[in-house]
Amino acid sequence: MILVISVLEQGLCYAIMALGMYITYKILDFPDMTVDGGFPFGICLAVVMIRAGVSPILTLPICFAAGCLIGVCTGIIHVVFHVRDLLAGIIMMTGLYSVNLRIAGKANLPMYDYYTIFDNKLMNGIFLKMPRFLRPFQSVIILLVITVLVKLILDWYLKTRSGMMLQAVGDNDVLVTSMGVDRGKVRIIGLAIANGLVALSGSIYAQQQRYFDVSMGTGTAVIGLASVIIGTALLKKVSAVKVTTSVIAGAIVYKACVAVAIKCGLKSTDLKLITAVLFLAILIITRDRKHKEA
Amino acid sequence: MLELKHIYKTYNPGSVNEMCLFDDFNLVVPDGQFVSVVGSNGSGKTSMLNIICGSITADKGEVVVNGKNIAGQKDYIRHKTIGRVYQDPSKGTCPTMNIFENMSIADNKGKRFGLQPGVNKNRKDYYRELLKGLGLGLEDKLYTKVGALSGGQRQAVALLMSTMTPLEFLILDEHTAALDPKTADIIMELTDKIVREKHVTTIMVTHNLRYASTYGDRLLMMHEGAAILDKAYEEKKSMNPDQIMHLFNEISVECGN
Repeated sequence: MILVISVLEQGLCYAIMALGMYITYKILDFPDMTVDGGFPFGICLAVVMIRAGVSPILTLPICFAAGCLIGVCTGIIHVVFHVRDLLAGIIMMTGLYSVNLRIAGKANLPMYDYYTIFDNKLMNGIFLKMPRFLRPFQSVIILLVITVLVKLILDWYLKTRSGMMLQAVGDNDVLVTSMGVDRGKVRIIGLAIANGLVALSGSIYAQQQRYFDVSMGTGTAVIGLASVIIGTALLKKVSAVKVTTSVIAGAIVYKACVAVAIKCGLKSTDLKLITAVLFLAILIITRDRKHKEA
Repeated sequence: MLELKHIYKTYNPGSVNEMCLFDDFNLVVPDGQFVSVVGSNGSGKTSMLNIICGSITADKGEVVVNGKNIAGQKDYIRHKTIGRVYQDPSKGTCPTMNIFENMSIADNKGKRFGLQPGVNKNRKDYYRELLKGLGLGLEDKLYTKVGALSGGQRQAVALLMSTMTPLEFLILDEHTAALDPKTADIIMELTDKIVREKHVTTIMVTHNLRYASTYGDRLLMMHEGAAILDKAYEEKKSMNPDQIMHLFNEISVECGN
């Protein structure tokens, strides 16, 4: 039971990050490594703000906005200076490592004694009135509400004119130019939203873990990509659900796989190895080795 | 009116592959004229279109539209009033979206691409009407992904999409070259119909000499960056395809094609 709750909590935390990676990897066809720096950026920003007395709920939009700025930076490096997509992300990821240390002031920063979006007077009060069996799911339910909300907003956005241009630019950027729209600008907007979601996801993860560690970001991009690929592979089987839903499901499935691997006797220090091997296995099984299918 | 004034363009300058294409190239296209352009590979047809559209920039020279030099303008800004159909049918449409969404995007061209709804259900009948005009049965396939259509169907949709909003120019870059002869004929007929209806200034590059002689008000034959034949209206009508073919063979033999 505890295992299930932990898988759901972790999976949903990473699901919002995976939605961001869905925008870059699947829609924009841009393997965005910025995520490895952007995710811990969201974490440290949230921890520092909460320690400074900022309301936990307020850290979410602030982290989203800060993440958008990071995405804009990656976008400018790629679009204006014509740096290759992968390299643009690696440059940002490397730079952010130091930025994160600067923000946090040291390599790890706990915040065990502070209220979070999961643990505060209002939420504790609400869940105290709920049936007893629901109480262990307090964090899961709050996470679910946030994730679904983000998903719905993203679904709505992708249906707007701006969102349709975003989908068109990854599909056929010649068409975007033909429509009199600057394709570089569309790409930057896409990267901004994606990295905003990643930092938002980081700020939620921070409040679930209640500490910041500078190494928390390593492998985030791989987790995100694995979630997106599992999600889109699942979608091929059931076409009735939206891609965004299946990406969220993908993140949970991925976390479940990791949890099972650890349960089978692997140590938690093997985590990154499990992450890498699992990702490779997923790539081979789903045959998603080259990004564009005919 | 479109004017190309003293255009110079050299590819790979300073290298062993240096190739001077345009050396003081000039062209004037009056409003409403339908120009067919023929010429062998490397004669500068597509480069000319690219210079007009801003996909490549000339080394020197002016691109004047209605008296204003737009040579320094970014390609996407120029495309706001230019409709362009490419040789590759997949370039004019978005394969992962359905016909309805594709046409909605084209319908919104020139407007702001903000947070308004991307599709407008009230326009659906209008789109159906337009698709019906193609005569390909696409009016019943509004929700089919464009990627699932054949090349000819896609090109028909692309042609429709590029001419949905008011245009200054229509640029057709060998837009029938990738299609089978029958489909190519259908697309060519449609093109002529749309150009006549909208009275839009059109430049069509083609390798099909029959199309070049049958359609359009003016025929331009390019060779090594210059127009070696330029006949408009009555003069063009007096030329038959054999004469054009003959001239074309001469220049082709000359450069060993």
